[in-house]
Amino acid sequence: MTMAQIQSAPTETRHAPAPAVFELIEVEQVFAVPKPGRGLLSRDTVGLRALDGVRLTVRQGASIALVGESGSGKSTLLRVLLGLDAPSGGRALYRGKPIREARAHGTAFARDVAMVYQDARGSLDPRMTVGQLIAEPLRHFGIVPKSGEAARVAELIDRVGLPRDAANRYPSGLSGGQVRRVAIARALASEPSVLVADEAVSGLDVSTQAQLLTLLQGLQRDMGLTLVFITHDLGVASYLCEEIAIMYLGRIVETGPTDAVLEAPAHPYSAALRAAAPQFFEPIPEPLPGEIPSPLDLPKGCRFSSRCPAARDDCRLRDPQLGALDAGRAVACLHPLTSKGAQTPEIR
Amino acid sequence: MNDMTSHPVTTQDAAEPILRLEGLTVHRGAAKILDRVSLSLGRGETLALVGESGAGKSTIATALMRLLDGARVEGRAELDGAGDLLALPERRMVRLRGSRLSMIFQDAGSALNPSYTVGRQLTTTLRRTLGLSRAEARAKAVELFTSVGINDPDGRMSAFPHQLSGGMQQRVMVAIALAGNPDLLLADEPTSALDVTIQAQIVRLILAQTRARGASCIFVLHDLALASQSCDRIVVLYAGQVVESGPSREVLERSRHPYTRQLKSCVLEIGSKDLTAPEGTVPPHSEMPVGCRFATRCPRALPRCAGEAPPLVPARDDATGPLDHQFACWNPE
Repeated sequence: MTMAQIQSAPTETRHAPAPAVFELIEVEQVFAVPKPGRGLLSRDTVGLRALDGVRLTVRQGASIALVGESGSGKSTLLRVLLGLDAPSGGRALYRGKPIREARAHGTAFARDVAMVYQDARGSLDPRMTVGQLIAEPLRHFGIVPKSGEAARVAELIDRVGLPRDAANRYPSGLSGGQVRRVAIARALASEPSVLVADEAVSGLDVSTQAQLLTLLQGLQRDMGLTLVFITHDLGVASYLCEEIAIMYLGRIVETGPTDAVLEAPAHPYSAALRAAAPQFFEPIPEPLPGEIPSPLDLPKGCRFSSRCPAARDDCRLRDPQLGALDAGRAVACLHPLTSKGAQTPEIR
Repeated sequence: MNDMTSHPVTTQDAAEPILRLEGLTVHRGAAKILDRVSLSLGRGETLALVGESGAGKSTIATALMRLLDGARVEGRAELDGAGDLLALPERRMVRLRGSRLSMIFQDAGSALNPSYTVGRQLTTTLRRTLGLSRAEARAKAVELFTSVGINDPDGRMSAFPHQLSGGMQQRVMVAIALAGNPDLLLADEPTSALDVTIQAQIVRLILAQTRARGASCIFVLHDLALASQSCDRIVVLYAGQVVESGPSREVLERSRHPYTRQLKSCVLEIGSKDLTAPEGTVPPHSEMPVGCRFATRCPRALPRCAGEAPPLVPARDDATGPLDHQFACWNPE
């Protein structure tokens, strides 16, 4: 069964499945990297599988969180979604067309799919005022006639909750939270239907983060945006996104409705991430042993088997693929944890 | 100085504090980065300094280590048996660093010296603080690396910091901080650069190691939930002032200061769909109110708040020791 079929299962909230904006089918991304331990002059390379068989469908109007630790392939997946890199295997489609093709023809793709970068300050030219920065995409895509530009800039500044006088300020005079707002305003300027945000609220104080999250949620609701939100924070994912995709070592190991997945994770890695998230007055749980293995030296069988508390013998032989579980959920695990715990493998 | 700190300890199980910080004020240029910060740390206790950026959490830790550059420091920091850390001659301070108090820095990657092996950095500390010979230091270093959970400790001795992952670098930092058996450990956001599963490993490691040694620990944290999980007591700071302090559960579940309540309401727990974003931002130092610094954003502010700084007062009449629940507010919740 493909992800498209899985996700078209009827749910209470959705009457008919919305059209897919992005479809990733068995996407692979292999980079040639210097072979470890090669000689000084050697050109030997090995293939690093940054993405390995990724399947993901993003439907119109959906909000989906991509969650995973460093090295899980979130950013590589993002580059494929934005058409910045062609996948080395599989198909990456935007409204039924290969993303790279869509990007190469005209400005429609760039206008429709907007991006908020992780390093918001670095993404803004320090020599331009906030007004100029927001006007740039307006002009580039010819959104409004020159005469209406100032008014539209003011509108956008207002929409993202910046003070009116911000238009004449430079990025260096803004706080971390304000800089993120400018980046969001720039992304919204082209009137996109899809917003892709990479750790848009990380590294901020909680009160600033709360302000931005309420802003993003309001924008998503009011403008019907499709939201692809990369984050490492499960609390943020559960607040902002209806769906979640959890990545480990270049593969999506579990997807489904955020609440259901976090309530009763089916993949032991999702369960470990869930347990590791700080929670008031809960004892700090026994952490996963070890660290994420090198993608150059993947464990045999399931890639999580080397750290999995519930691994059995066959986990070290067979590599599980993402398969349907129930109610729009899918998991890549030979022995998924169930909510009842009846089939939970013994922890050794 | 407020009256609180001079009261005798009345809580039965509260031991004599290992550290008493009184009226710590730090000026940098015209800005008052810390404003009359007073707090106490019990022996064997873990304390969390929480607050948002600019609250002065790290400044407190750095001031205690006497590593603060270009700032004017006032107040007293009495470390049991060592005297006032802020007044000691640098010569004495050098001997205390590493042996009585040591610091785990936020970003191990930049705190470790890139040009020396991690083994050498650890043995240097061991030889300096414990006066060990080269061979003894090496043996002790391998032992320490083992105790902080570094696989292949013998082999890792000759690794350079860049050859280790972030989690491993932080384990090395913990080993170096523990090398001289300090009884006060200052951990400045030790896990903020790490993934959550690694964060749990490192926090557990620091707690286990400090407990095993009977040491006390001050954690600088921005994550309230993590603070509640890892620390006995919490001190909440806002713009350089202590607004509330006390046992973790009392501070977080029976908060008296409006800022503590606001900070807690911003923490997103898994499954929470309600989020009320607070208004405004911390005022710049040039516009800081002379009284309570939270007055400009406080939903409960009274006319007197901006002009008159509220002292720390006990939250309960029957618990008035320096380690008990205190808050600084004219119009508490």
